[in-house]
Amino acid sequence: MTGLLAHDALLVSLGIILLGIIAAPVAVRRNRRDLIALAYGAVYTNFLLVSIATLCMIVALVSHDFSISYVAQVGSRSTPLFYTIISLWGALEGSILFWAWVLSMYSAVAVWINRKREGNLIPYTAVALLSVAFFFGVLLIGPANPFKPVSPVPLDGPGPNALLQNHILMAIHPPLLYLGYVGMSVPFGFAVGAMLSGEVTNDAWITLSRRWTMGAWAFLSAAIIAGMWWSYEVLGWGGYWAWDPVENASFMPWLTATAYLHSVVVQERRGMLRLWNLNLVMGTFVLTVLGTFLTRSGIISSVHSFTQGTIGYYFLAFIALVLVGALAMVAGNSERLRTTGRFDSAASRETIFLLNNLFLTAFMFTVLVGTLFPLVAEMRGAKVSVGPPFFNRMTLPVIAALIFLMGVGPALPWKSASEAEVKAKLGPPFIAAFVSAALAFAIGVRPPYALAAFFFVGYALFANFREYWIGVSARMKAHGESIPVALGRLVRANNRRYGGYVAHVGVLLVALGIAASSAFRAEREVTLKPGESMSVAGQTVRLKGLAGRQEPQRAVIAATMEVMKGDKVIATMEPRMNYYATSSAPVATPQVRSTIKGDLYLTLMAFPQDGSNATIKMIVQPLIPWMWFGGGVIVLGALICMLPVYRRKDVPVVAVPPALQPTSPPALEPQLVDAP
Amino acid sequence: MRRLLGAFLLASSLHAQTPPAQSDSALDARTTKLALQLRCPVCQGESIQESPADLAKQMRDIAREQLRAGKSEDEVKAYFVSKYGQYILLEPKPSGFNLLLYSLPVVLVLGGLVAVTLAVRRWTAQPQES
Amino acid sequence: MNWKRALIAATAAIPLILLLAWGFSRNPGDIPSPLPGKPAPLFALGVFAPGQPPLERKVGDTLRLEDFRGKVVVLNFWASWCLACREEHVALSDAARRYTGKPVQFLGVLFNDRAPPAIDWISEMGGQSYPSVMDPGAHVAVDFGLYGVPETFFIDVTGRVARKQIGPASDVVLNHVIDSLLAAGAQTPVAAR
Repeated sequence: MTGLLAHDALLVSLGIILLGIIAAPVAVRRNRRDLIALAYGAVYTNFLLVSIATLCMIVALVSHDFSISYVAQVGSRSTPLFYTIISLWGALEGSILFWAWVLSMYSAVAVWINRKREGNLIPYTAVALLSVAFFFGVLLIGPANPFKPVSPVPLDGPGPNALLQNHILMAIHPPLLYLGYVGMSVPFGFAVGAMLSGEVTNDAWITLSRRWTMGAWAFLSAAIIAGMWWSYEVLGWGGYWAWDPVENASFMPWLTATAYLHSVVVQERRGMLRLWNLNLVMGTFVLTVLGTFLTRSGIISSVHSFTQGTIGYYFLAFIALVLVGALAMVAGNSERLRTTGRFDSAASRETIFLLNNLFLTAFMFTVLVGTLFPLVAEMRGAKVSVGPPFFNRMTLPVIAALIFLMGVGPALPWKSASEAEVKAKLGPPFIAAFVSAALAFAIGVRPPYALAAFFFVGYALFANFREYWIGVSARMKAHGESIPVALGRLVRANNRRYGGYVAHVGVLLVALGIAASSAFRAEREVTLKPGESMSVAGQTVRLKGLAGRQEPQRAVIAATMEVMKGDKVIATMEPRMNYYATSSAPVATPQVRSTIKGDLYLTLMAFPQDGSNATIKMIVQPLIPWMWFGGGVIVLGALICMLPVYRRKDVPVVAVPPALQPTSPPALEPQLVDAP
Repeated sequence: MRRLLGAFLLASSLHAQTPPAQSDSALDARTTKLALQLRCPVCQGESIQESPADLAKQMRDIAREQLRAGKSEDEVKAYFVSKYGQYILLEPKPSGFNLLLYSLPVVLVLGGLVAVTLAVRRWTAQPQES
Repeated sequence: MNWKRALIAATAAIPLILLLAWGFSRNPGDIPSPLPGKPAPLFALGVFAPGQPPLERKVGDTLRLEDFRGKVVVLNFWASWCLACREEHVALSDAARRYTGKPVQFLGVLFNDRAPPAIDWISEMGGQSYPSVMDPGAHVAVDFGLYGVPETFFIDVTGRVARKQIGPASDVVLNHVIDSLLAAGAQTPVAAR
């Protein structure tokens, strides 16, 4: 029943989408505002219908309706309610449905907010977004239909993927990822809308896509950090990033989006880099599609990839269309985006932004080449692996350069800086850099790359905090404000600038966590009998015993480990192995204890049938929590950047967009003739 | 204490033929470094250092034994390659066609630096706008 | 819209699309083994499951590859936890019986498993005609570059690995490969062995 309703809703939505895709261009050409309302209505209706389908799926999951294929595949009566609900995104079909829902939601919001905007940008944006929605709609009634009827109806199902129900972060990481990943479709929609409507030469679409990229970027950043956290808490080797194709797929669009968030400022301030920015917006979306293709088609083996089916062919067709369409549209519009701007000086923030874009793009390209190379090599008949050693070696210099630029950029002013100014701004952070590297050396850091990391992070941290200090002290002097008031007003008046610095600090904290934890990682794997103990890096744990127990959805074997301080037990930890019905192999569930001295990480690796001993992997590494904290700081910075525009009464900070003016000047009137 | 732990470590490994005196942290570090560069054959893209699979553990032990027996890291790698093919290396050998993989990013960065330099030069050379 | 530029740019997408499309034509799990054509790694492993007469060997006996020089050796890696091994069990056991009296030696190598469940498995499957050996520490498995179970190696009369079969072995494959190796072996002059 629910299955039928959902399936029909999706079917109807496909028709509505088509209607909208046809209505918008007709409306623009005939200048019929009523048809534009129809196109917008299609976007809202699609949201409604996909929401109904998604709700149906949740109801079916919760009510254990095993007559629906997806529920029969991931549902189980013994799974706790919470994990039943989140299994919505636990397997391929459900994740496509969730994707389609997020897309429909974003599209509806993007169109609704801008529905009163004149011109043809938004109608064509609606066409672009509906076209993407159409693809997912086709998947949902075709190869990824989650509502297929099952007969005979099974009495119970196997339950969700073991890894999904093993940790709470699986409830957080995937939705964040989808919100970030799918969010990149909206700026793409604006870009396509701008090109189709001919409004690509004015900057209205740039403002819109910048805001949406900022939001999606915040989600994507949070998702990547949450994914690292999840890997750390679950996979049992004490690491957080493995350069797996799935991780790369989420990281590549993050890199281009980061580049765009910087270079867009150059366009806003100097009217330059229009074509480049268009490329970044389009490229970010293409990378999300490419990443999804690589991980859903099964052509590249990965830890996380879902199993295949025919869906890969659909994705290939989609990516071919998107790629060809994007390249053709950008190239076709390239001439009119040519700009004749100028820089006042090479020693300016503009130059740093160019370099930042270069390194971010190079970073993305390196990851892309590394991800695709095995395929290319195999085409030539050689099977090779490209893994962490390659990515670490190749990206570390780029990361170092980016961190350094993160300190230089904020310190240099726009337009031009005098030599004295350059010295005054760029000099002092070097002191902090040397101090930081010396400190690291003093506490025992020896690998050159780690020392370099501390050096550059020290430089950039100091430079970013110094900008705050300069701004705050200037306000304190000029207005006699106290520190908190000055800080608040400073940020409020220049939220994008100072929000950016906050995000920098977040990224630097993550970098520090990575550098310190990899430089000081100490580990050991020992088989212990009850009462025996082991120590790593000055921390000691003792095996108390090994015990098994049955929980509703799984069987658990747990080692009880006592954390010792001298002869005293200061804490108890319980690394486990969880046995789920869906998985033949047990899921090792490590346990982490974070203290100021560092994270103590215990994994139960093996035990004999009689439980007389336990093989424990013990890892100690410092500053790990800084990464999770840094992730929060990044998101905070993005939120500050997204604060509504602050207008002082005396000076209008931002020109009022034409759509908000009662009578638009004719020069800004959209050109209807340019529609394709 | 340390020696005691070393003894346990050896007892746990399946082939403890050599005396415990050699189970020093240097050998541990060498094994770890090597294990990070070898792909676990029964896993999906994990190194044998990171994988919890039995075979990964056994391969770590084999790598450790060979290092202890005096083989160099490259010789141990060559042993695994002769059994599993190049696929076992998580970083392809920088030779032949694989050089493309290493050179493309470098070429891009260098080309980009040239492009940025030229662009900044041109843009700063242009006359002041009104 | 400049259509000429658009067309030129769009063609740039073709190599990537072709590459991705080609990706479907092969199985990412197929990894070629460097072993075929090379001398098979030597081993000496202890029998834990005797097999049945006339192919029986005593439990505890050490079997060496050198001892089988002049015979075609069929080396099958298996485990009791391996589902696909159930599929090939009958084909292997029957083939070993069929080639009794010919210069063919079947040998099972247990991979990451313990003797008790493996012995239970054999009796549950209705017996195994040829002996199986233990491979402690998976030394031999790694020597043969094992990616998983089941995998079967065919070693010719000169002691070279002739072929590697990934996944369950079938009657057809076993007959075909063993017959061709026997035929080749018959032509090899004794001096060359």
